[in-house]
Amino acid sequence: MSKHPFHDVAIVGVHNTRQARVLEGHDARSITMEGALGAISDAGLEPRDIDGVVGSLASDFLFQSRVGPAWRSLSPLGIPAVLEAAMAIGCGLASTVLVATGEAGSYRQHDSTAPWTRPTNEFVASYGMFTAAEFALMARRHMHMYGTTAESMAHVAATIRNNGHVNPEAVYFGKGPFTIDDILGSRMIADPFHLLECATTSEGATALVLTRADRVEDLAKPPVYILGGGTDYYGPAYQHPPVWDLGGNRRSDLVAGYVGRQAAEEAFAAAGIGPDDVDVCEFYDPFSFELIRQFEAFGFCGEGEGGDFVMSGVIEPGGRFPITTDGGTMSFSHGGASVQLFQRVVRGVQQIRGECVTGQVGGAEVAMSTGGGSGALFTDVLLLGKDRP
Amino acid sequence: MTMLLPQDGSIPVPQPGAFSRNYWEGCAEHELRFQRCGQCNGATHTPAVLCAVCASPALEWERSAGIGEIYSWTVVWRPATPAFVVPYVPIVVTMAEGWHLLSALVGCEPEAAEIGMAVEVEFHRGAEGFTLPYFHPVEKLLPKA
Ligand SMILES: [Zn+2]
Repeated sequence: MSKHPFHDVAIVGVHNTRQARVLEGHDARSITMEGALGAISDAGLEPRDIDGVVGSLASDFLFQSRVGPAWRSLSPLGIPAVLEAAMAIGCGLASTVLVATGEAGSYRQHDSTAPWTRPTNEFVASYGMFTAAEFALMARRHMHMYGTTAESMAHVAATIRNNGHVNPEAVYFGKGPFTIDDILGSRMIADPFHLLECATTSEGATALVLTRADRVEDLAKPPVYILGGGTDYYGPAYQHPPVWDLGGNRRSDLVAGYVGRQAAEEAFAAAGIGPDDVDVCEFYDPFSFELIRQFEAFGFCGEGEGGDFVMSGVIEPGGRFPITTDGGTMSFSHGGASVQLFQRVVRGVQQIRGECVTGQVGGAEVAMSTGGGSGALFTDVLLLGKDRP
Repeated sequence: MTMLLPQDGSIPVPQPGAFSRNYWEGCAEHELRFQRCGQCNGATHTPAVLCAVCASPALEWERSAGIGEIYSWTVVWRPATPAFVVPYVPIVVTMAEGWHLLSALVGCEPEAAEIGMAVEVEFHRGAEGFTLPYFHPVEKLLPKA
């Protein structure tokens, strides 16, 4: 049997800085550096143990620590950056890689939606499109096809926000609890999404450290392994009409509405497991509907069954498939353009380690972390586990 | 009652590129254009050099009948920027020739929006003198081309 692609790699350090609506005195560089040092310390390593960095701001660390020359990638997004770091280690290009990103001070005038929600493009900008509207067009199509209800989407939002409500590290700690009626009673942003069904905006940094699996013995925390991963893209986000049925030219069930399906298939195949083996679903939550969509895309339930699935008692704490256990982008943090994408991976690692102060899933051995969404035409998947693959 | 109208504020206007110049020139002449494939007869939008159906480069510009039906819609109450008057109703339209277009619904109340509603293009010269396509409801579609 051939060796698993990530047999030689382990995630050994993770860190979220303080997350807040505004981090006074910080800018993106300073908060990213704080995140980087936190992850290195979490691993029990020193800055000069790093010989590779991922992320445009991580290069600041590279310079300041004078650890160069080192391997470097500019990959800015969540799971693809983690996979790239893992591949670099697997290929021998680096042995200990820092992945870091952060945001502060870039969005403090709130009369417009956040800049990362409004990509300038000739086919969308003139119609007042931004992320909520893009994702709403996908959700509305699903409601039309399958009768998916506003209540089921609101239940997703209430569940995630209640996870954040009890998490002292969440930006919106103590702001709940929320019921379905509370969600549906908040003001409409882009029908069918009410305010409380949308991601928030905040500031913060996050970072991870990956190293060779033969180096984990002396480190501070138990290693977490990458069991599988995949990245599904249909093209640039927010530049073309968000159409559920886009794509499907190679395989009819691989349409944009189910983006992430192929990535999940690849990840599960590499791991040799299926959805039933997942203990915790650290799914990315830009909008409430996206979790319903992901459960269908990844094969946890059939097409059109996601609404009933999330209403069946599985997604709450103590349920079979607890979701987004720190409060996600709706309550924990949405620190800019990419920080929150990494935070699903960070939380997955914390779940496998068993160190979550709130929302810990007892005995979690497999976590599924995701990023992206249908309105953005991409979804990335990462399976994390306790046992070396 | 809110009658949906084209946006007349200082909204962002398109910056046509090499692929899309023909499309926007068509709009200025009140003509909605798309690309037809000489290989498979499929329709392509947004403007491209490869057919969206078969990836052939044999694309020719064609004038659309300008009619279609709503594929999906949303009513926006939190504007992307203060230049937009709310509510506004972004829609994806399935054009009679089988291509999808992002636009906005006008000429009715926002509550009227529904998937399958027959719509027809109209053109509006707005910010910076730029002409954008919008869509209003019509009784029913003409037979599909
Ligand atoms: Zn073709």
